[in-house]
Amino acid sequence: MFESLSAKFQGAFASLRSKGRLKPADIDEIASEIRSALLDSDVALSVVDFFIEQLKSRTDEVLTDLNKSTNPANAIFEIVNSLLIEILGGSARRIRLAKKPPTVILLTGLQGAGKTSLAGKLANYLKAQGNTPLLVASDLQRPNAVTQLQVVGESIRVPVFAPEPGNGVGDPVKVAKAGVKFAEDKLHNIVIVDTAGRLGVDAQLMEQAKQIRDAVSPDEVLYVVDAMVGQDAVRTAQAFFEGVGFDAIVLTKLDGDARGGAALSITQVTGKPIMFAATGENVTDFDLFHPDRMASRILGLGDIQTLAEQAKGAFDSDTASKLETKFVSGEDFTLDDFLAQLEAMKKMGSMTKLLGMIPGANSGAMKKQLEQFDEGELVKTQSIVQSMTPLERNDPKVLNGSRRMRIANGSGRQVSDVNSLVDRFTQAQKVMKQMRSGKGAMPPGMQIPPGMQMPQGMPQQGAAKVVNKKKSRSGNPAKRALEG
Amino acid sequence: MALFSKLLQKIRGGSTSAGDWQEFEEALIASDLGAKSAAEIIELAKRSKSDEIDTAITNALSAWLSNANRELPFNSDRPTTVLIVGVNGTGKTTSTAKLISFLKQNKHSVLVAAADTFRAAAVEQLATWGSRLEVDVVTGPANGDPASVAFEAATKAKAANIDYLIIDTAGRLHTKSGLMDELGKIRRVIEKVLPVDEVLLVVDATTGQNGIVQAKIFMESVAVTGLILTKMDGSAKGGIALAIERECGIPIKFIGTGESAADLEAFDPERYLNGLFS
Ligand SMILES: Nc1nc2c(ncn2[C@@H]2O[C@H](COP(=O)(O)OP(=O)(O)OP(=O)(O)O)[C@@H](O)[C@H]2O)c(=O)[nH]1
Ligand SMILES: [Mg+2]
Repeated sequence: MFESLSAKFQGAFASLRSKGRLKPADIDEIASEIRSALLDSDVALSVVDFFIEQLKSRTDEVLTDLNKSTNPANAIFEIVNSLLIEILGGSARRIRLAKKPPTVILLTGLQGAGKTSLAGKLANYLKAQGNTPLLVASDLQRPNAVTQLQVVGESIRVPVFAPEPGNGVGDPVKVAKAGVKFAEDKLHNIVIVDTAGRLGVDAQLMEQAKQIRDAVSPDEVLYVVDAMVGQDAVRTAQAFFEGVGFDAIVLTKLDGDARGGAALSITQVTGKPIMFAATGENVTDFDLFHPDRMASRILGLGDIQTLAEQAKGAFDSDTASKLETKFVSGEDFTLDDFLAQLEAMKKMGSMTKLLGMIPGANSGAMKKQLEQFDEGELVKTQSIVQSMTPLERNDPKVLNGSRRMRIANGSGRQVSDVNSLVDRFTQAQKVMKQMRSGKGAMPPGMQIPPGMQMPQGMPQQGAAKVVNKKKSRSGNPAKRALEG
Repeated sequence: MALFSKLLQKIRGGSTSAGDWQEFEEALIASDLGAKSAAEIIELAKRSKSDEIDTAITNALSAWLSNANRELPFNSDRPTTVLIVGVNGTGKTTSTAKLISFLKQNKHSVLVAAADTFRAAAVEQLATWGSRLEVDVVTGPANGDPASVAFEAATKAKAANIDYLIIDTAGRLHTKSGLMDELGKIRRVIEKVLPVDEVLLVVDATTGQNGIVQAKIFMESVAVTGLILTKMDGSAKGGIALAIERECGIPIKFIGTGESAADLEAFDPERYLNGLFS
């Protein structure tokens, strides 16, 4: 499933490395790999070609230096990466608060880009920083967009100005204007105006957007765009840029696995920065935009940071700390821990996607394991472990024939399934012990399936801190597990 | 089908420049067909005799389309069930409304299930469409179990011998395995009452190459049987649908062309292919 882009890169860079001295022809070769990587990531062709030109002129400038460097391939990669980061984050900045409140933020974008959800996330984010935002329901088009905003507003305790029912009833220009007035009167320091989605080619609705803009004189117009968009990104962004204009961009749905090349296209073409990223359906799934993460994501080199965060989020801190303590203190790793890992893996999203986020996961042995990994297996294992008693989970050695039979019946599986799970678990336990003695690089809680290497220290940051606090718990693994 | 008349003219006149080929590549890439497919077409054009290029390209593109039936199934003896799935914001709920309208025009009775219990006001959104189009909408409590809404609707549809049951589901990214499992569960629960006849994946025309992974994973979880390609009234060409059809064999069945219930068209291959590079 993974068109192994990173493998392709690694291949190209490896052959560069083996050449020692770089010739312009080598640079052409790597440039063409990068070109196809960018196209596969949905970067617009014109932007790709511009990027490649820039890349070539930079590498030409420093070719002699490159050849003196111990690792010219890496040096080129650095140029690629920094060029990307430059375009993506060159002019990054925060929301500019108006000198005279309220600060007015206007959201625009295509239908389905995620404006209404974003309005809630942004309000929640600004509120947490001590602001007193007001949401204004000016999407009077899509059925129940007003209700949606009201529900979201209520959940984050941010007032929603919604004088019109919507569903085609009411004038969005008037609502927006009245919303700002309302905020002035009630001393809200920020107003976020949600608007209906519209097409770049819809002249009439673009005119309406302009009227809304003129009615509220926004301090920031944010263009909201779905990270999954393809080549149309440029055309539509330009239409909005010329139609209403915008000051910054917000990327949504970054929790998926789209490479998000549109981000590069839009920043390059409009010169406007990406300010925020939305990374999920909950109001808190919202963050400042990180150009460096986006750069490696676009290059198909994996988004380690996001992966680490997801891993951290997937493990509740208690589970993580338990595993961490066991790992550090050399306690036995039990079937309960095994199950906790499985559950965390499930939460983290599909196994294959997870691996795709790791650089190198697409190559060689890793790829083979990836292809062979069966997610159904997770469900099966889960059901078997859940049919075990606490004693059995803590000490699988007690699993005699009749116990195995009972577990098989209880979980609706075969005895052979139970046997193979116990075997795999014993394997995993061994790996765990090896790691403890310093032979493996896998952090605790992350070593499923056994034998698969994860980048060092990945989800540990959060977990490690908790360890000390909880060290006082029972030293006896069985007792501890029962303390649960 | 005069797809690339400008380029063809130049080729025939023996005066193609590098710039012309670049323009050709631009048009192909801009359609979201994917860089690999675009390169294949360019290869084909360069290989073909000048007066055969047009036919060669048309044939190649047509060959990427599947031979599958593009019509909604219909059972005369029991309700026909249609499950609507896709990532967030592609137009599932609106497409559900469009299908209701389309089926009602064909004098069919329709029942709808609001199985998006998750997104704020999603149920209300579909209920609004239901009252506009005068069909019953089966709903459940907010944040309730979507599968039980689907189950209840299937039971009702069967008891009342309704022609079509359409089930709208919550948008979900294909990367969230928990949510994909939930979708599989919705399907299995419906199947306790009625077979699921059609699973339509709703894809937004602006979608880039990620659409292919989306389709593959949805296919694995709920056995997708067709595509609805929405927002074709915008400037996006929607070439990703052809890429999906080529790669996964899922036929494009409908095209969405606007925000009202009437804005749905049956897929017309020739029109679609013509539009890709215009
Ligand atoms: N221009 C245009 N807009 C469309 C089309 N189909 C849907 N939309 C709009 O896209 C937006 C999202 O549509 P919904 O039907 O709510 O999408 P959804 O997939 O149900 O969204 P979620 O349930 O939140 O995942 C709405 O503003 C629709 O009016 C279409 O064919 N053309
Ligand atoms: Mg919906």
